[in-house]
Amino acid sequence: MAELKKLQLHSKHVELGAKMASFAGFEMPLRYSSEIEEHKAVRSGVGIFDVSHMGEFLVVGENALDLVQTLTTNDASKLKPGKAQYSCLTNERGGIIDDLIVYQLAENKYMLVVNAGNIEKDWKWINERKSERVNITNLSSGISLLAVQGSKSIEVLQNLTEIDLKSIPFYHFVEGTFAGKEDVIISATGYTGSGGFELYIKNGDAEDLWDAIMDAGRRYEIKPCGLASRNTLRLEMGYCLHGSDIGEDVTPLEAGLGWVTKFTKEFIGKEALIKQKEEGVSKKLYGLILNERGIPRDGYKVLNANREEIGIVTSGSLSPMLNQGIALAYIKKEEIEEGKKIIVNAGRREWEGRLVKPPFIYKIRFKYSK
Amino acid sequence: MSSIPENLKYTKDHEWVKLEGEIATVGITDFAQSELGDIVFVDITEDGEAEEGAVFGSVEAVKTVSDLYMPISGEVTEVNPLLENEPETINSDPYGKGWMVKIKVKSVEDINSLLTAEDYNSLVS
Repeated sequence: MAELKKLQLHSKHVELGAKMASFAGFEMPLRYSSEIEEHKAVRSGVGIFDVSHMGEFLVVGENALDLVQTLTTNDASKLKPGKAQYSCLTNERGGIIDDLIVYQLAENKYMLVVNAGNIEKDWKWINERKSERVNITNLSSGISLLAVQGSKSIEVLQNLTEIDLKSIPFYHFVEGTFAGKEDVIISATGYTGSGGFELYIKNGDAEDLWDAIMDAGRRYEIKPCGLASRNTLRLEMGYCLHGSDIGEDVTPLEAGLGWVTKFTKEFIGKEALIKQKEEGVSKKLYGLILNERGIPRDGYKVLNANREEIGIVTSGSLSPMLNQGIALAYIKKEEIEEGKKIIVNAGRREWEGRLVKPPFIYKIRFKYSK
Repeated sequence: MSSIPENLKYTKDHEWVKLEGEIATVGITDFAQSELGDIVFVDITEDGEAEEGAVFGSVEAVKTVSDLYMPISGEVTEVNPLLENEPETINSDPYGKGWMVKIKVKSVEDINSLLTAEDYNSLVS
């Protein structure tokens, strides 16, 4: 096995008592103490994640927009400098090579933020399709990414910058000076559903910025958080994890990512996806919740009340907020019905549950923001 | 560095055993709880005679589930009632209040085939 890459702040995490684990080729903090406490800190206050394993590609040049449009499913022509969008990188079959965030930094200048485990694969894919008058740079090894998440994030971070953070809407960003460091990208994005910011910084600034945020966050009881709580936080929101819920064998339409798939523009995989949309998908990613004590895990079968197999769990865990087992699962399209009784079968054990459209929490907020 | 008390016996499945008379108290080790992370419940399914190696239940953590194996042949006679509402006790006190079951052993001699603290230490370090 190849040697694991270490984060710039590796020794910081070890000092803080983190249990480190291998993830996507990196040695990452899994938890510092209790992942349930870390989860709750983000839901009720603020937490900080070192997610520097994520990859960043810079796309620059006259044909930058064309390239981004060809590669990704969302419509990047809707972006403007300071705006970001969630999107998918698809192959000719419409399969999801990766999911990513596209940032427009300036005219003819974009940053693609991709999953750590897919950096090499994406890099190769993009380079093979690169046209003239566009340059691509892989910045991944020089950039650290700190995600400060939770409703108190804004109060913590506002202590450290002149930039008015509350004026940055969701999926927008500002480049500027933060805690005395220049060229920090402060992005109102995240993978938790609790609000907050992601800070793209130079590796050389990572230690000072981590310390500055931890200091500013002390009176808000900021908690360092690891991948374990990051996973339960995203799962409660129904956000997909590439490699578990999405991959090259499923399409954005099956994964519930039709909202970032725009047929008004050209992109690789469009024809296959149009065909699939016309014919109708046979399965869709949906949520489920257990009615009794248990935890659904990936690979467990989903049965209907007649005990016919109707789907398979792709990721599941305990919801720390609901204190119930929740999961994302691919379910046969014709079996999907909100509240439908199901059985999750783990071989010799099984539990009763019901189908629930994610998110599992904050449903009211989402209902009214439509 | 996880704690491995000298006076206990261990299994390669990361359980500890304390034999008093013909009653063996069983739990999971500090190393096991640290690997599992937050434990959210314990299911004990065995309620009779079982052979060494048989599954007697499972421990569910946020991140993963792990089967529990009989470390020694015998009969499960008691399940720690505290774990029903406070499973996190296994994380905070794995060798004390976080014990899982008591087993009336078939033969006290069987305890000798389990790992010593030293053996277990070399297994996990």
